[in-house]
Amino acid sequence: MTAARAAEHGGPGTSSDRLQRLLALVPYVISRKVVGLTETAAAFGISERELTDDLNMLWCVELRTPDPYCPIDLSYEGGEIVISQAEPVDRPLRLGVDEASALLVALRMLAEVGELTSAPDLAEGSALSRTIAKLEAAAGEAGAPSAQVAVEVDQHAERSVLARVSEALDSGRRLHLSYYVPGRDEATERDVDPMRLLVVEGRTYLEGWCRRAEAVRIFRLDRVLRIEVLEVAAEVPHQAEPVDVDQGLFRPSPDDMRVVLELTPRGRWVAEYYPCEDVTELGDGRLKVTLRTPDGAWARRLALGLGEDGRVVEPAALAAAVRADAATALAQYATDPSDSGPAPNQG
Amino acid sequence: MSRRKTERLLSLVVCLLSSQRYLTATQIRAAVPGYPESFDAFKRMFERDKEELRELGIPLDMGTNAALDDEVGYRIPRQAYELPDIRLEPDEAAVLAVAARVWHRAELAGAAAGALLKLRAAGVDAEETAQPGIEPRLQAGEAAFAPLWEAVRDRRPVTFRYRAAGRSEAQQRELEPWGVVNRHGRWYVAGHDRARQAVRAFRLSRIDGGVGFSGPPGSVTVPADADVRELVKSWDDRPVAPRSAVLSVRAGAGLGIRRQAAREVAGPDGWDEVETPFAEVAWFSEHLASFGPDVIVREPADLRDAVITRLKGALA
Repeated sequence: MTAARAAEHGGPGTSSDRLQRLLALVPYVISRKVVGLTETAAAFGISERELTDDLNMLWCVELRTPDPYCPIDLSYEGGEIVISQAEPVDRPLRLGVDEASALLVALRMLAEVGELTSAPDLAEGSALSRTIAKLEAAAGEAGAPSAQVAVEVDQHAERSVLARVSEALDSGRRLHLSYYVPGRDEATERDVDPMRLLVVEGRTYLEGWCRRAEAVRIFRLDRVLRIEVLEVAAEVPHQAEPVDVDQGLFRPSPDDMRVVLELTPRGRWVAEYYPCEDVTELGDGRLKVTLRTPDGAWARRLALGLGEDGRVVEPAALAAAVRADAATALAQYATDPSDSGPAPNQG
Repeated sequence: MSRRKTERLLSLVVCLLSSQRYLTATQIRAAVPGYPESFDAFKRMFERDKEELRELGIPLDMGTNAALDDEVGYRIPRQAYELPDIRLEPDEAAVLAVAARVWHRAELAGAAAGALLKLRAAGVDAEETAQPGIEPRLQAGEAAFAPLWEAVRDRRPVTFRYRAAGRSEAQQRELEPWGVVNRHGRWYVAGHDRARQAVRAFRLSRIDGGVGFSGPPGSVTVPADADVRELVKSWDDRPVAPRSAVLSVRAGAGLGIRRQAAREVAGPDGWDEVETPFAEVAWFSEHLASFGPDVIVREPADLRDAVITRLKGALA
């Protein structure tokens, strides 16, 4: 198969990828005794035509000495695969270091999340710790380097908040949140029917059906001011679509404000913290970044805080608003000459 | 990739796994179809094939069957080749499916998928549909991750250009990497900095350009007591003695400041006095300046000056 054809089919294209698949295919079928073509193709992410091509290739393996023989015998008549003989390759290949590490690191990250949330599935002695033990045993030496990768999950969110969210998810109950919105610098009150706990890029979020917005909303747990599990069953409506975590939690919408900032080396952290549409190096460590936000107040606060480390290039109205805010604030300091002197409330 | 090559490699694996004895190159050429007639061409192709099998993690043993044999032979020991038995209960398989999604699109995603494939081949049914209500993801898109992980795994020193926080110039660094750590969503590498002769941690996002290897595999020794997670943690949260700030905050505003406040006293003319702990002037002045005219810093003087400087910067 050519790489181009493989790409067309969405399947892996190199000879190694295919060899790995062939070596996994044999034990996959043998461990299940009989298995359908459709199901197997789906499990390997290939088309049925590619699968039968793989099976034919396995069946055609021939060794010529001492006497010519075909070590693999199989059939897939009627859409059911049966492998009656494949003794040398009837077990899967061991896990490689990268493979063992990928799963072990992810499992240990789950354990850390479990410890934070007290989720029953992830607690000590749970399915998770049994899985880790079994995988470590199966990986053997290949599992050792995974100890050199560690994932530490954000602990900014209060444990009590995480515990309430877990409790509501487990018992299927509604939550009441008092939630801080930094852009507007205000607390909002809302009832939320919890859907999932998300841990993305180190932060913990609640995904739920917000009854105020009548839409799926994502709440950063470290911004929850108060949380209560209500004596009401959660009712997540059918139209509630879970967010596709893999597309990023916050996708800019075309209606969002486009903000262009010029950052000094000290302001570069902005490009690390916020998803930028565009990042250009300006030399001497300075950056030009383009952000999208639905929240003008948030952008205004960001620019005010950055001061000389972040200059608003666009939009002009935002730049003017930031200057006006700074001027008003500075005027207050000017009329208040002493460092610890009379506060305005004494005037 | 050619179909003939896959067929040949597959036959080679089957052949070497079938034999208890070491097979010489000549015996292998006789048994496995698809090698060229010319012995030199065969040798070259066979060398490449061996390399390819090793890259896949297939253990290829070299040796002789008797002490007097002068030609070396090859075999794949089944013990070393086979994944040991693993059986997972349905709840364990569900957890495994969640774990396999953690790397989605991040650097070890392919490795996680490969592992899952082998476990499925061992009979594990990892249901993609299982939803334990938790979805963790690791951040993708750090170009430096792959080479640094490779260096950590293979114990190789590395060089890279690094732009420290707030610096305008990137500097060349040489590091014996001991481990990679994801802390609160960001990747770090920690180890022994050769030039500085000291333990250092680096944030991957601040590595400027590529990462090169500066020594062969196995040339880095990780101290037995090295705890990279602790190293990064102590580097990241350099402890700072908390200080106290006194602020005037406009009534009804500055909720983000009041959340952390130690004391709040309502004033008569629309301004409240708020006392709050803080650690670093640099960070906290930025936070306070972001509230613009809703906050006036009373004490301490260095914080007040820092906020005024920020506001002047925003005005410029």
